Amino acid sequence: MKKMRIGSGAGYSGDRIEPAIELAEKGNIDYLVFECLAERTIAIAQQLKMKDPEQGYDPLLAERMEAVLPVCRQKRVKIITNMGAANPLWGMKKIVEVAKRLKLGGLKIAAVMGDDMLTIIRQGDYTISENGVKVSELEGRLVSANAYLGAGPILEALRSGADVIITGRVADPSLFLAPIIHEFGWSQEDWTKLGQGIVIGHLLECAGQVTGGYFADPGYKEVPGLARLGFPLAEVSENGTAVITKVPGSGGRVTPATCKEQLLYEIHDPSSYLTPDVVADFTGVRLEQIQEDHVMIQGGRGKPKTGKLKVSIGYVDSYIGEGQISYAGPGAVSKGRLARQIVLERLKLTGVKVDEIRADLIGVDSLHGPLLSRTSSDPYEVRLRVAGRTASMREAIRIGSEVETLYTNGPAGGAGATKETREVVAMLSTLIPGSLVKPEVHYEVIT
Amino acid sequence: MILREIAHSRTGDKGNTSNISVIAFREEDYKLLERYVTAERVKAFFSEHVKGEVVRYCLPNIGALNFVMHNALGGGVTCTLAVDIHGKSLSSAILEMDIPAK
Repeated sequence: MKKMRIGSGAGYSGDRIEPAIELAEKGNIDYLVFECLAERTIAIAQQLKMKDPEQGYDPLLAERMEAVLPVCRQKRVKIITNMGAANPLWGMKKIVEVAKRLKLGGLKIAAVMGDDMLTIIRQGDYTISENGVKVSELEGRLVSANAYLGAGPILEALRSGADVIITGRVADPSLFLAPIIHEFGWSQEDWTKLGQGIVIGHLLECAGQVTGGYFADPGYKEVPGLARLGFPLAEVSENGTAVITKVPGSGGRVTPATCKEQLLYEIHDPSSYLTPDVVADFTGVRLEQIQEDHVMIQGGRGKPKTGKLKVSIGYVDSYIGEGQISYAGPGAVSKGRLARQIVLERLKLTGVKVDEIRADLIGVDSLHGPLLSRTSSDPYEVRLRVAGRTASMREAIRIGSEVETLYTNGPAGGAGATKETREVVAMLSTLIPGSLVKPEVHYEVIT
Repeated sequence: MILREIAHSRTGDKGNTSNISVIAFREEDYKLLERYVTAERVKAFFSEHVKGEVVRYCLPNIGALNFVMHNALGGGVTCTLAVDIHGKSLSSAILEMDIPAK
């Protein structure tokens, strides 16, 4: 039976780079996929593009390409990535520039365009899925609107012989589904196979999260070699069965337990995982350890796609101001509590308008609140963190300042104060008919 | 005993919704999870943390439960004031849930 091997070179935009080189060099892979586009990343990239039309792709694009292009060119490994973010066209030009600088010829680079729906969203009458409000109410604050594309345009680029494909917003598992469909010539209406393909893509898309990253719990779940964690690859058979593994000798583990955690990661109803290509069903998935660090995956299924596409919408929501300061030694917690009380009182006294405020003692109850955070003794040190939401940057600045002034105005021994502010670009989503989305593929050939 | 003795867990986030998987280390313990780790108990366990509904999905095929917790992340990763913007540490909290010893 025909087989293909596909590696996962990044689980997020800032991920480690050398595990991807290891996969390309030693993984005997046919494809290397980099998933680098978190929900909000594209909105921030869109803001960069508005300032400079040649920007808006992933800031690590050149560095990653410099690292993997030579070995991928040599071993004929095709690269697929959503590092195009808000600007796949200029991302493609950047890849061409890197390839020329490295004197790598005989490459066809493709850019998948057409996920940008800002104009269409502005013109239409759409309702936000999360809160039922009309999209038009965000007018003036809208930053980005991007449809989740499916495997289709990547498939088109692969059929045209592209070696490197850079996209903007594409459903994460579809980045992996496309080369599987391409290699085996699966029908795009074979819902069972497509559903299994999505299972494989979903397991791979967060890279190290299926090989032992985000998993270790000393004494309960041991993972060796996390400092040189190997990223995953799947050996997929024509019938859809896949084996998840990693490069021998790399760190981490691949077991049914690591695969189960990743299978359910960011999943809601496991019988209906909506993607642009298929509604995948994980409830029949079976996993089996066939040898060390090799887990066989089968039983993923699917139902016809809905015909609607999710569009994620970025908008400027508010500003956040934050300040932190530490206290140590006997009475650390009491001093932290006193400091908290002072800052909250000061914000009221000085009339800082906050829509929402939160003041936590890091080291005591900052993660889960007083109810779940039971401690038998006081910690040696605590760090007060005050964060507030405001309507303007000016107000946001005042929150951190009220923490910083504790140095000379607050409890004894206040140490290491920091402050920061940020503009909040928040994300919501809506659904649009798939027929409104018209992806296009652009190419550049390096001879 | 606490859940940590028989199960492991991972949290994921989509917008303001958190999902927590609870997975039996050994297949034979899945029945215990199904019996004692109910949506109602999880909702009560997280109390003020989870403001919306908690829905449970059962996956006997892999010996796991999946809890989908709505309005649980202070607005979600892009706008929450929380230290743990994704809610990633919620999986560590749930493993402290008491369940009857076997």
